[in-house]
Amino acid sequence: MAIEVRDVNKSFGTTPVLHDVSLDVTAGSLTALLGPSGGGKSTLLRVIAGLERPDTGTVRISGVDATRLSPQRRGVGFVFQHYAAFKHLTVFRNVAFGLEIRKRPKDEIRRRVMELLELVHLEKLADRYPSQLSGGQRQRMALARALAVEPQVLLLDEPFGALDAQVRKELRTWLRRLHDEVHVTTVFVTHDQEEAIEVADTIVVLAGGEVVQAGSPGEVYDNPANPFVMRFLGPVTEIGGSLVRPHDIEISPDPVDGGSPAVVSRVVRLGFEVRVEVETGGHEAWVQVTREQADRLGLGPGDTVHLRPAPGARSLALAL
Amino acid sequence: MTLEVTREATAITARPVRRLTGGTAAGLGTAVLYLSLIVLIPLAAVVWRSAGEGPGYFWRSVTTPDAWAALTLTIGASALVALVNLVMGTVIAWVLVRDRFPGRAVLDTIIDLPFALPTIVAGLVLLALYGPQSPLGINLAYSRAGVVLALLFVTLPFVVRTVQPVLLELDTEMEQAAASLGAGPFQTFRRVILPNLIPAMLSGTALAFTRAIAEFGSTVLISGNLPFKTQVAAVNIFSQIEGDDTTGAAAISTVLLVVALVALITLDVLQRWGSRRG
Repeated sequence: MAIEVRDVNKSFGTTPVLHDVSLDVTAGSLTALLGPSGGGKSTLLRVIAGLERPDTGTVRISGVDATRLSPQRRGVGFVFQHYAAFKHLTVFRNVAFGLEIRKRPKDEIRRRVMELLELVHLEKLADRYPSQLSGGQRQRMALARALAVEPQVLLLDEPFGALDAQVRKELRTWLRRLHDEVHVTTVFVTHDQEEAIEVADTIVVLAGGEVVQAGSPGEVYDNPANPFVMRFLGPVTEIGGSLVRPHDIEISPDPVDGGSPAVVSRVVRLGFEVRVEVETGGHEAWVQVTREQADRLGLGPGDTVHLRPAPGARSLALAL
Repeated sequence: MTLEVTREATAITARPVRRLTGGTAAGLGTAVLYLSLIVLIPLAAVVWRSAGEGPGYFWRSVTTPDAWAALTLTIGASALVALVNLVMGTVIAWVLVRDRFPGRAVLDTIIDLPFALPTIVAGLVLLALYGPQSPLGINLAYSRAGVVLALLFVTLPFVVRTVQPVLLELDTEMEQAAASLGAGPFQTFRRVILPNLIPAMLSGTALAFTRAIAEFGSTVLISGNLPFKTQVAAVNIFSQIEGDDTTGAAAISTVLLVVALVALITLDVLQRWGSRRG
């Protein structure tokens, strides 16, 4: 295990933020800490980095008890949401910072920094100052800076949170590829389920200061531990007292076994996907069908249809 | 203020020439007119006056033993005071921004007292505390140490008030990033915090220095104005005027003016060099 967190509790004043959190991160993995804001995920990351001290519990990094170690001695690289770039230093000197602290020889620093700048595609901007870079470039610089000291684990706190949607998407893919090249154990915090599913190989869902579920993106998406996780990981709708993914619903014009009757209120065509909004059991629900399916059924407002979860689909009974 | 002005002026000339919009032109015109009336024309008048009797007279006025002694004392004491301020002002700003303790708000307000007090009152206070009847048994009256003390008192706020806002704005995540990269507290201070504070520290120091060389009220009581020993330049100018030598007074004033300008320009150049180099 690269990181083992055991029974960590942390409060800020009287506000509890982490409650008996335990977590294992396997070496070389890319793990997402996913959850709503205020769920404690950033605090957990900062506890691992040594930037916050837990009230109780332990943190082990590469088998060594790091609970009382200062951030300087943990061998972690940390990337902040707002870059935390050293404004007074060039891109080159930013990346070289950790190596200069370690008093490495000058030519080794130069070689290593240029290698990293190539890795993050900033080799042409080595002499710029952070203020002359875009947000995405600054974050890539911050990543190179954290990687320069060859950390045992790389921790990223909402690394793409301050970037616009387009750049976010690019950097996500890029982070995944980078991890495949570098293989450093990486944990990143995000509140964006799409980002977590796309980038991570393990997702840890944190809410209310507790670990709600941990597993591969597929597991967490398909077998959510509770309605909260199911709602948080993707679209859901409610039919027949159960929570179902809208793409896991069979829709038929005739009554079916275990089906619930519903009245179509609106049909929205979104390119390939068609969203059928219905009224069933006194509340609103929706079903996602393909365009071809919608054309075959010839649905229109006012039609009566019958809905049931597709065979094999995961649904969660809601306690009413 | 002068510092801001010189910086603005160079910034404008450095930019490529471009048509001014009506609003900008009106604003610039007002600023230049106001600046001319309040600052530039009076200063030019002093310089003009000092040259009235020719360069020989100017030189003789400045190098009379008492004027020369007053000038060197003033400049030396001001440089010393500026240096002390550079260090202590930064320390005080640090404590005010980074530390939490009871009475912080009160201390923060007290820093401005030297600005608020008439300087002659400051002189009176210092004389009461460090004069011949000092309750502390420390008598600095009529000594150069007394002059330095008075200058320290009136220039205290400058560095504190220039460094404080920069320190408030400083991103503490930069320090955390430095820590996670292995930098200890001292390395973080020297490599990350200090370089970000230096511009503010320098401009505060420049302001403190220029204020100190012009100081009159606070030094006049505690120094005793002994020529060749404790008389500062501003008091010397005053005595020249009393002796009806306005040209001599203007000459010494001009020297002070040039020293102040050189100090401001030097520090400004240092800052620009520093910010380019990083």
